Amino acid sequence: MKFSSYLFTCLLSTSCVFAQTDDLSTLLERESEGTDKREFTRATFKTTRIVNGHSIENVSAGVLDFRISHHFGTFERGLYDMIGLDNATIRLGLEYGLHERVMVGLGRSTHEKTIDGFTKIKILRQQEGKGGMPVSLSYLGSAEVKTIAFDKPWQNNRFTSRLYFTHQLLLARKFNERISLQLSPGLVHWNLVPEAGDPNDMLSLGAGGRFKITRRVSLNLEYFYQLPKFRQESTQDAVAIGFDIDTGGHIFQVFITNSAGITERAFITQTLNKVSKGELLLGFCISRVFTLRTPKDFR
Amino acid sequence: MQATPTIKLNMKILLSTSFIILLHFLAPAQTMLFTKSGTIQFFSKTPLENIEAVNKEASSFLNLQNGELVFSLLVKNFRFEKALMEEHFNENYMESDKFPKANFKGKISNLSAINFSKEGVYPCLINGNIVIHGVSKAIDLPANITVKQGKVIATAKFQVKPADFNISIPALVKGKIAEQIEVNVNAHYEPYKK
Repeated sequence: MKFSSYLFTCLLSTSCVFAQTDDLSTLLERESEGTDKREFTRATFKTTRIVNGHSIENVSAGVLDFRISHHFGTFERGLYDMIGLDNATIRLGLEYGLHERVMVGLGRSTHEKTIDGFTKIKILRQQEGKGGMPVSLSYLGSAEVKTIAFDKPWQNNRFTSRLYFTHQLLLARKFNERISLQLSPGLVHWNLVPEAGDPNDMLSLGAGGRFKITRRVSLNLEYFYQLPKFRQESTQDAVAIGFDIDTGGHIFQVFITNSAGITERAFITQTLNKVSKGELLLGFCISRVFTLRTPKDFR
Repeated sequence: MQATPTIKLNMKILLSTSFIILLHFLAPAQTMLFTKSGTIQFFSKTPLENIEAVNKEASSFLNLQNGELVFSLLVKNFRFEKALMEEHFNENYMESDKFPKANFKGKISNLSAINFSKEGVYPCLINGNIVIHGVSKAIDLPANITVKQGKVIATAKFQVKPADFNISIPALVKGKIAEQIEVNVNAHYEPYKK
């Protein structure tokens, strides 16, 4: 009696082990628990700009982004100007991902014949799941050279008078699949200002966000507030509203804004059009990416 | 005279206990195989564009006793040649935030034809269920089980249709994504240790 009951217990415990290992799916679930690496949040914005200003996104390492940006003239003169299409500011840009955290870019804009170069560095990256990094933080530094002829050629003009510098911190969070918000405090430095009373360092606070309408279309909003005393008189805050349209091969941005310029210095500190007077204009940007360097962990 | 049966009984108990203990240790170790580094590759071939992606972190269990087999992977772990492809794959097609995993669960239908203790390549058929993008579908996979130097390797090649898994492809890119996607599976198993 004793022996058989002992044997029975032993067998029972053995079959228990088998029963446990029987359901492979449960076992697999348990085995993969905790091994899932913490993922960085991806696609906070669709592209490297919210509308005019930089977003937290970089182009990926080894990827070249060719950007064609247009800001047309204001709508005011109606069909005479083909609602502004006759007067366009254009920037052509080549932007490249050096590293997963670092991108650089070079552009030429028709606005005062400006050449700009920038670098954007990811400092913090938002992570998925509990206990992960809640926000992304990047630094943007850009330098601009205005190459248009000096308007007072008779005086002693120096090259340094052509230079402008922008520093921005980009702080963003993707709240969910649809909503991402960003704050972009920044400083734009002018080496030479038009009037003696104008500040050389102009401070601004940008705020922007997106609402994803469908998987391929998002609505973007952006506002750059210039701090009083740190701005030139009669300039306006830059406002923009637009759509990102992801066509598969490229990103198409179409928007309405009051700023004529495309570079940081131009749209943050040189916007003259008043939204209250309806001085708005149409703009668009086409971004086409080319993979120059295949990621290492592919293959 | 009285001592003998007790000894006999004890011997019996000892033998059976050690046998059962042996079963405890040996049985799961021998019959369960596992890998965390299975490779799943897929190819989409069209005249306009070829797309290729690889995931080297698929986990899988194979039960040698009953031929049951499971695979599971994180969709986000697929790597592409182009970063934009990877983003579109996750964001627009697979919706990997909503459906983070893809699974397969099946059973080798001709298990008796495979001799796991003898080297060789054994063609087999696996009947099972595949779950992609939250959609479950019954599928029969022709596979090969290779036994080599005491190791078991499973390989399979099959086709899936994105349309079957509720993955919509907009008209604009229809010519760039194949209707039939070829999938290659390669799993090198190790004995499963708890």
